[in-house]
Amino acid sequence: MSNYKHIGKDFVPPDITGKVTGKARYAEDFRADGMVFARLYTSPMAHGRVTNIDTSALDGMEGIVGILTADDVPAVEAPNAAILTNTPVYIGDPILAVAAEDEKTAEDALARIRVHIEPMPFTVDPLDSLIEGGPNAREEGNVFSRSSEGSGFRTVKWTPQQIADFRAGKEPTGEWVNEWRYGDLEKGFADAAVVVEEPFVTTGYAHMSMEPRTAMAYWDNGRCYVYGSAQSQSFWIPGLARLLGVEQKDVVLISEHTGGGFGSKIGAYPIAALPGWFSKKIGRPVQLRITREQEYYIGSARVGFQGWIKMGFAASGKITAADIFIVEDIGPNATGGDASSAGGAVSLVYDPESLRFRGLPVLTNTTPRGAQRGPGQNQIAAVMAPLMDKAARQLDIDRLEIRKINAVNNDSTVYENQEPVTSAYMKEALDKGAEMFDWATKRNKPKTNGSKVIGIGIGQGYHSAGTKGFDGLLRITPDGKIHLHSGVGNLGTYSYASTTRAAAEVLKCDWEDCVIERGSTDANLPWSSYQAGSVSIFAHTRTNYVAALDAVQKMKQIAAESLGGNASDYDIDGKNVFNVKNPRQSISYGGAAARAIQLGGSYSGAVYPDDIHEITKRSVERLAGSGLIGVAKDNLEQNGVIPGLACAFVEIELDLETGKYDILDYVGIAECGTVVHPQGVEAQMKGGAVWGMGMASLERHVYDPHNGLPANVGYYQCGIPTYLDTPLHIRTAAVDLPDPQNPFGARGIGEPAMGCSVAAVTSAISDALDGHVFGRTPISRDMIINHVAEREQSFKPLQTNNF
Amino acid sequence: MSLNINGKIRRVDVLPQETLAYTLRYKLGLTGTKIGCNRGECGACTVLVDDIPNYSCSTLTHSVRSRGVLTVEGLQAPDGTLHPVQQAFIDELAPQCGFCTPGQAMAAVGLLKDNPNPTREQARQALSGNLCRCGAYDNYLNGVMRAAGGKA
Repeated sequence: MSNYKHIGKDFVPPDITGKVTGKARYAEDFRADGMVFARLYTSPMAHGRVTNIDTSALDGMEGIVGILTADDVPAVEAPNAAILTNTPVYIGDPILAVAAEDEKTAEDALARIRVHIEPMPFTVDPLDSLIEGGPNAREEGNVFSRSSEGSGFRTVKWTPQQIADFRAGKEPTGEWVNEWRYGDLEKGFADAAVVVEEPFVTTGYAHMSMEPRTAMAYWDNGRCYVYGSAQSQSFWIPGLARLLGVEQKDVVLISEHTGGGFGSKIGAYPIAALPGWFSKKIGRPVQLRITREQEYYIGSARVGFQGWIKMGFAASGKITAADIFIVEDIGPNATGGDASSAGGAVSLVYDPESLRFRGLPVLTNTTPRGAQRGPGQNQIAAVMAPLMDKAARQLDIDRLEIRKINAVNNDSTVYENQEPVTSAYMKEALDKGAEMFDWATKRNKPKTNGSKVIGIGIGQGYHSAGTKGFDGLLRITPDGKIHLHSGVGNLGTYSYASTTRAAAEVLKCDWEDCVIERGSTDANLPWSSYQAGSVSIFAHTRTNYVAALDAVQKMKQIAAESLGGNASDYDIDGKNVFNVKNPRQSISYGGAAARAIQLGGSYSGAVYPDDIHEITKRSVERLAGSGLIGVAKDNLEQNGVIPGLACAFVEIELDLETGKYDILDYVGIAECGTVVHPQGVEAQMKGGAVWGMGMASLERHVYDPHNGLPANVGYYQCGIPTYLDTPLHIRTAAVDLPDPQNPFGARGIGEPAMGCSVAAVTSAISDALDGHVFGRTPISRDMIINHVAEREQSFKPLQTNNF
Repeated sequence: MSLNINGKIRRVDVLPQETLAYTLRYKLGLTGTKIGCNRGECGACTVLVDDIPNYSCSTLTHSVRSRGVLTVEGLQAPDGTLHPVQQAFIDELAPQCGFCTPGQAMAAVGLLKDNPNPTREQARQALSGNLCRCGAYDNYLNGVMRAAGGKA
């Protein structure tokens, strides 16, 4: 639909060849002279106090190089995570590290160390802590609220009757700490023709990145070089410097490839700084590669929800009121914020006339939580889909139609402050998906075949998909090459590369003339957004755009200065700057770059804008004099919420005798503005589909309530989806309508790609079971069998840690 | 001991309990073989032993003493031409984070050696021991089918 040269076109990302040949280097593939290997001793108790560490058995042990304890690293204020701790708050909390000449010696040493830990009360289910007399996950309290008005610990307890009523599906009457609302909720329910009301549970589960996270570090001339598993690049620097106790200019992060992050590596995490501290202590490079099991302890997990939702629908199908109460499991470090995001997602995706959100973030002694692909939005997507279906049935409205009636659109206002959206085409996405899926035919197909039942479902996904205010940086060298400096990070979405194509588009140059500079702080990268939150496509097509505009303007000025006339007399053609009236009067990009070096000033980077970030400034200073510099902060206009949207249609065949189902058809539609990288969008939509299938039926954390032990510290125990859990084909498409607040019309898609999937699957399961609402993810086979057999479930309502 | 790795004889000192993944990565510098779990769950360390896919993290190096081992580094032709599976994975944008990709590639090459024209279902079964957290299964299957078609 566009005449772009690069935007909307596929390309071969420069790092992909290394991925198929094995040459791509991940953190563990780096070595340094004299490097030693560190291993972690982690807490065997869910909560305790270290009273003694006896390492005498290591005295004189061959190959041991050093020991690092909590006394060697900065203490942090609760509830934040420390690099090492003497008050572990979950099983797997790192207590000390041993460094040795080889990994085996380090592991052998761990077995000889004696650590005495005094046990303390712990909890692995928020409701067990919330009930009067229940244990608190931390001495300071059982609730930690983060807010702009002030963060802090609280102790909140509900009476046994309040807990029992909550479990029974009644509106919670216990204390909550977070609230926001808009519209007239009471009127909304009074106007409703149908009210649906359900309790729900969404279980937390591990991020499970394939690469066991690794960091290697050494010091050179006062600077700390860290080879890390990072899903962002420049964005890591402030946090990593803080963890290492140095200035930002004294940290170098090398992260060429990262074996998955999914939200668990957005910013620098404590363990990434451990080798830096260890190296400082022993004077040698230190590498720490955690084990697969430890990845389940410190690799982060999705926030769990125990909640209640009530929605009112007018006879027309329009949602008049939504009342949401969520107790969220924020682990021991109070990381999350998913619950409020879930409220925001309901506000945006379904655009109800009124909404109240109430939240209670409860601490548990389980694995630390963190943002995980659509944090909050995707949990609530799974909850909402069967409820929309239930209302549609009661109102006798088609399930597709009720979603279109409530679909977010360009006129919608969203969130607490009823802000506008930059653009939104959910109805168009639903129409496109319905056509590809053939909803009209499938909804009328016979449903049963012996013990097999067909279910069809529709899901909608959302995540805010953009941010602004970061910097763009490029450099044209006298050889005519265009160096596109990308500080986004390499998570595997290829957005580090696809966003730089925005600059190539402005410069009208051939892709073959472009070189992407990335992977290390020393590659002179600009200040960039986190590679997360589906933001990079929106944010960094903008930064590359403004940097390229700056470069073009400078080339025109140089041409005018060299060839006469004014800059406005000149245009570019991808290789040359030429006089529009006399095209023979021209200078090549390389020639302009050579001239820029001679002229100095802003042309060569000797002078740069005041408003760019200090990280960008340092990069420009190092690049100054080596070419023509295009550098600018993204000050483009931006207001309102930038939505990334998606919808999915699923057909399943569920066996009532086994509880197993097969996905017969899957159609996912991306609504991410203009598609920048078609294959990239498709890959995100398909990967997100698989994630949604995992969340819907497979993935969960389970903790033993008696000892706090995690029952799943392996891929299969956690229920990672495999080839055999996913359909043989996944079909995707995109709406491809431009967003007005991006120069190329683009928004992000990574997270909605999953939310639509989990929602479509929970919707399809409900459909196969005559509209039954489980109100829980994952919906396991035994739950389905119990329901079909009209047996009680094996867990009590709202209980977590169920099998 | 001597090992036949990617058609070359490599001499290396190996401990009795040493796994092939360890030998390849840490003694021979062949870091294309990835260790995702080190306990036979994920398949990131898949290599071919006499053309059969094996988890190298669960294979003792001494057990491959007289056999031919093929790792991802051995797939490219001497002139640098990519193996059809590698090229097809690129064409289908199959790798995302890429950590599982060497294992997926070796499982696919192993399949095509045994069955040059698999059905998509056969390909899915053959690769089902290789996990991908990015969820790129559809893209990898497209890659296998493309590579098979190219050969045919």
